[in-house]
Amino acid sequence: MTDATDASGNLLAADGTPLKKKLGQALFRSRLRAFGLTVPLLLLILLAFVLPVTTFLKQAVYNPQFEKHMPNLTPLLADWDAVSEPDEAMYAALVADLVLNKKNKTIGKVASRVNREYSGTRSLFTGSARKAKKLKPPYKEALIKAKPKWDNIEVWKAMKIAGKSWTPAFVASAVDLKYTADGSIERKQEDRRVHLKLFARTMRIAVIVMLAGLVLGYPVAYLLSTLPARSSNMLLILVLLPFWTSLLVRTTAWIAMLQGQGVLNDLFVLFGLASDEDRFSLIYNETGTLIAMTHILLPFMILPLYSVMKTIPPSYVRAARSMGATQWTAFWRVYFPQTIPGIGAGGILVFILAISFYITPALVGGQDGTMISNFIDFHMRKSLNWSLASAMGLVLLVIVLFLYWIYDKVVGIDNMKLG
Amino acid sequence: MKIKTILLGAAATALVAGAASAGSIVAVSWGGAYTKSQVEAYHKPWTAATGNKVISEDYSGGLAEVKSQVEAGNVTWDIVDLEMSDAVRGCDEGLFETIDPAILPAAPDGTPATEDFIPGAITECAVANIVWSTIFAYDNSKMANGPTTIADFFDTAKFPGKRGLRKGPKANLELALAADGVAAADIYKVLGTPEGVDRAFAKLDTIKGDVVWWEAGAQPPQLLADGEVAMTTAYNGRIFNAVAAEDKPFSIVWDSQIFDVDLWAVVKGAPNKDLAMEFLAFSTATEQLAAQASYISYGPARKSSAPLVGSYHTKPDLAMGPQMPTAPENFKTAIQNDFEFWADNQDELNERFNTWLIN
Repeated sequence: MTDATDASGNLLAADGTPLKKKLGQALFRSRLRAFGLTVPLLLLILLAFVLPVTTFLKQAVYNPQFEKHMPNLTPLLADWDAVSEPDEAMYAALVADLVLNKKNKTIGKVASRVNREYSGTRSLFTGSARKAKKLKPPYKEALIKAKPKWDNIEVWKAMKIAGKSWTPAFVASAVDLKYTADGSIERKQEDRRVHLKLFARTMRIAVIVMLAGLVLGYPVAYLLSTLPARSSNMLLILVLLPFWTSLLVRTTAWIAMLQGQGVLNDLFVLFGLASDEDRFSLIYNETGTLIAMTHILLPFMILPLYSVMKTIPPSYVRAARSMGATQWTAFWRVYFPQTIPGIGAGGILVFILAISFYITPALVGGQDGTMISNFIDFHMRKSLNWSLASAMGLVLLVIVLFLYWIYDKVVGIDNMKLG
Repeated sequence: MKIKTILLGAAATALVAGAASAGSIVAVSWGGAYTKSQVEAYHKPWTAATGNKVISEDYSGGLAEVKSQVEAGNVTWDIVDLEMSDAVRGCDEGLFETIDPAILPAAPDGTPATEDFIPGAITECAVANIVWSTIFAYDNSKMANGPTTIADFFDTAKFPGKRGLRKGPKANLELALAADGVAAADIYKVLGTPEGVDRAFAKLDTIKGDVVWWEAGAQPPQLLADGEVAMTTAYNGRIFNAVAAEDKPFSIVWDSQIFDVDLWAVVKGAPNKDLAMEFLAFSTATEQLAAQASYISYGPARKSSAPLVGSYHTKPDLAMGPQMPTAPENFKTAIQNDFEFWADNQDELNERFNTWLIN
């Protein structure tokens, strides 16, 4: 039997199509099938992760509250130079919009948007809206007579800032900068700068928790990987046990342990390490946050380390020792380098979890142990400044991606082994 | 999407059909002893009288949940118990239904509701049920001659030990000024000036190193019981509950108490709006508010309820009248929370406070 070929010498399949094309079709079909299997997961990620995250991050730079509810005034504000006195046309537009907002019950939305730019103006808006319907032209005098604060050009500047729907104001605020009416960006007053310090503290806590986890977890992982199977399984259960306990329970347990009248302080007093009146402050501060977070995140360090150490044959260290290496050299030059993928994986896992930790610092953080996520939570739930919350989230995301990029450059992401 | 809507619609119809005789509403409140008092005084009598059920849910205050429900068009709560500042703010933002005061029942002697409620208790979108107060308390088993004035709270030389304060500027700034000698009536006037704010923060600076910050209302009694703090600010009902129900040796200092009302509001677009309005009117009637006072030491928002206030539900010899923030001997130096001031200035003062805290 001879192979079927066409005029140009290409191989043909049984039905006469070129074999290359036929193969391509078969491969395409199998790839399509494989892709089909991943579609549910892709859709889930798209719908449950990418979509909400992007929608939310959009709020960091897009806040249409003012433009949407003040349709008459917004275009006038956009043309205004933020220096000259606002004219009668602007006041008339303002009154028209106030009447509109009173009718639609949306004045609160406008008022809280402007109040974020210039504090103390909330009641100016809600109060003026109540009176707006009765005002007679000329509106400038009428409004200023009703509420003298309208004469203050700062209020108008704040409205001009709020009038821009696409705005850098929130992202600027998230990094302690201030976006002004004339479009420039300046630093906030000294006693208003809070976010950069918090970002720095969050980084510091995450790094310390990661290092502490490494120092504590490395020997445990080593023990786990070298003990005989029976006892190492027991130990592994001990490592995993806290993992199956609720985060809230573990944090609360630490409160009972560390508080002034807690177990640890009682022991200190018993052994004369502290006097009864002057007990250690181990909780409701940064110390408490560090202790509780290190404990909670420890399994995330131990498990990747353990899975990497498990695959290192003990014969390597024995070989090094038999060739005259000291115990330290055998460890440092032969064993340790082989565990680096585990350190990388555990380190990055703990760091990224730690940087966004929220419940534990909220409960035991006190005044100097809270982190950036507690502030995001504050602006989500208490101050309802969702734009600022998402701007802070955006900054945090950028920082994490940047650190991830650095990690990839320095250690290499391929050099990470999770199991 | 369409199929989902139809399915949901069908399910809802089935539910409504099944419960045609008796409806149910979702009432959201602060949890703990406070929700329990409402269940006993409002929910159970209402169910007994009308056959309608109340599903009770807990939340920790703030407008975040209401705002997201209303803006997403997926409202599951019917009626919410709120602080004054949130009630006013939510009303301005269109998160609540407006309430017609005519639906509120008159007092037993015929006084119309609008005159029977204490001033400011009926707003456009919300009706007050109780008067609560921020006070400070200490453990009298550890301090025989305890503090008596707000100045003592700030005096760590005379009364050594840690202090518990709510994490946030609200109430703390007022107390700081009161301790610094500002009269109750002038507090918000002083706080309205930049110098006044500086003065309040300067006073807080004097105890900053000794403060344990709390966030949830259940924390202060716990901090006191654990000996974590020598004295702490708290909501008066929580301390009373620890004393009455758990026999804790706590004493309340009423000097410069800051009182405020809590209100019911019906969420905009609530699934059972009409029933929720009925429940609101029922639960703010004279008898219900008086009955609630047997379970928790928050004062009724109706004047006509005061004479009906009895004793604690498990202790017949513990009269509730003197435990109320509104009792005359407790009320001498009381400060009324100025919601307008806080609605205007909370963004600014929160920011200032947060910065002060971490520096």
